[in-house]
Amino acid sequence: MREKKTFRGVFLNGVLNENPTFRLVLGVCPTLASTTSATNSIGMGLAATFVLVGSNIVISMLRNLIPDKVRIPAYIVVISTFVTIVQMLIQAFVPSLYEALGLFIPLIVVNCIILARAEAFAGKSSVFLSAADGFGMGLGFTGALLLIGAVRELLGNGTLFGNNILGGGFEPMLLAVMAPGGFILFGLILGIVNAITDRISARKGAKA
Amino acid sequence: MNLRLSTGPHLLSRESTQTLMLDVLIALIPTTAAGIYLFGSRAAWVLAVAVISAVVFEWLWQKLTRQPVRVKDLSAVVTGLILGLNLPAQAPLWMPVIGSLIAIVLVKQLFGGIGHNFLNPALLARGILLASWPAHMSVYYLPTRVLGATSVAPAADMTSAATALLRPSGFAPYDLLMGNIPGTIGEVSKIAILIGLLYMLFVGTVTWHVPVVFAGTTVLLTWILGGDPLASLLSGGLLFGAVFMATDYVTNPMTKRGQVVFAAGCGLIVTVIRLYGSYPEGVTFAILLMNILTPLIDRLTVRRIYGMVKKHA
Repeated sequence: MREKKTFRGVFLNGVLNENPTFRLVLGVCPTLASTTSATNSIGMGLAATFVLVGSNIVISMLRNLIPDKVRIPAYIVVISTFVTIVQMLIQAFVPSLYEALGLFIPLIVVNCIILARAEAFAGKSSVFLSAADGFGMGLGFTGALLLIGAVRELLGNGTLFGNNILGGGFEPMLLAVMAPGGFILFGLILGIVNAITDRISARKGAKA
Repeated sequence: MNLRLSTGPHLLSRESTQTLMLDVLIALIPTTAAGIYLFGSRAAWVLAVAVISAVVFEWLWQKLTRQPVRVKDLSAVVTGLILGLNLPAQAPLWMPVIGSLIAIVLVKQLFGGIGHNFLNPALLARGILLASWPAHMSVYYLPTRVLGATSVAPAADMTSAATALLRPSGFAPYDLLMGNIPGTIGEVSKIAILIGLLYMLFVGTVTWHVPVVFAGTTVLLTWILGGDPLASLLSGGLLFGAVFMATDYVTNPMTKRGQVVFAAGCGLIVTVIRLYGSYPEGVTFAILLMNILTPLIDRLTVRRIYGMVKKHA
């Protein structure tokens, strides 16, 4: 009894119901590493989205050509191609972001969201739906990173996108931009977001 | 005839969370009094804000989550007071508030409330404050008593020191004992802490194992490794931590054997951090790390029941 998948349905599934960060809890490593500021979060999110969409489309196109036994290496080759492209683009056009994210751009290759979507979705779905899945998952990832990054930057630095928000009297909480603070705030935000979405879906369920 | 049927146990002790916490509070009276005496009214403000905010956060959280309000068990008062005693007297007053929020909501209530926290709430709060605002947390002031009762705040370089640990030879043993040294509100007066320990030993709130093994391991290891054993005992937060924070029931192993392992581990980590680490003091991190190991220690030190055959792998 599965309803027919539409572009919009698959897209929204990635952003909300199966949000890679808050629901699937995938890609925690880049999440913790790149959410020290809102700008870095958006950069990492969009880079991953580009790779996700590209690799999902190509893998979906090749899904009948790739032998099952070697599918993981084949997927990785496709993914790393796109990562190389995005790395060169960032290095050429946004060198400051390239400096800030550093090693974490090439590490998008091993971002488990991308391999997970290739394996779970693109490897068995049409090109059109795979693109939708890539967009949805990518933007869901970006949105989640932006939320965590904004909170961490605000607490840890008193700024948002580099603009001073909280004024001079605010003493930044250094821990928020350090790794342990990242873990703690990620956990708290994850819990709050899931509590809110659970409440919303419970209300929807009560109406239906 | 009025008979009542109930399942065991039938022996009830008058001891409850509330009476235990009351005993800890009584044991903290000398330390609190000494801190206020040494550091003046400023210390009283920090302690008051810490206690009140801890109680308010506990009450608010239990109201908001529609749980039975258990503020009367006094555990939040103890957490708040211990947190306050862990702060320098010059800490800005928003720090005890943030600390209480971390201790009560993040460490205690989010993990299920009293008895379910896997770390000592006041200690993790101190750890987070230390990592977040090192400028406020790692500069200590000499007690105002020592400086003389001047109302004008003397220049910072005259009164502030990292902690007495950094220059142990600068203080006489008598001053170390009485608390005439820079440090947090609660840790400086060793005499007051020892009076509190004696009270807790007397009423049976704690046993000697954790404080004695913790302090003993630290002194012994410091001596072996070429440090100053007397200063290691008297100049930092060792005694306060060993007496009031490492002895926390919830985050402590259950068996005596486990507690000895726990305390010895604390002593080892403190010594290593103090002698080789980049932080001058390591009591906070030592107890927190051993708190995390507590479930493991519990599993490894389970008492073998008589007659049971050891399982072969």
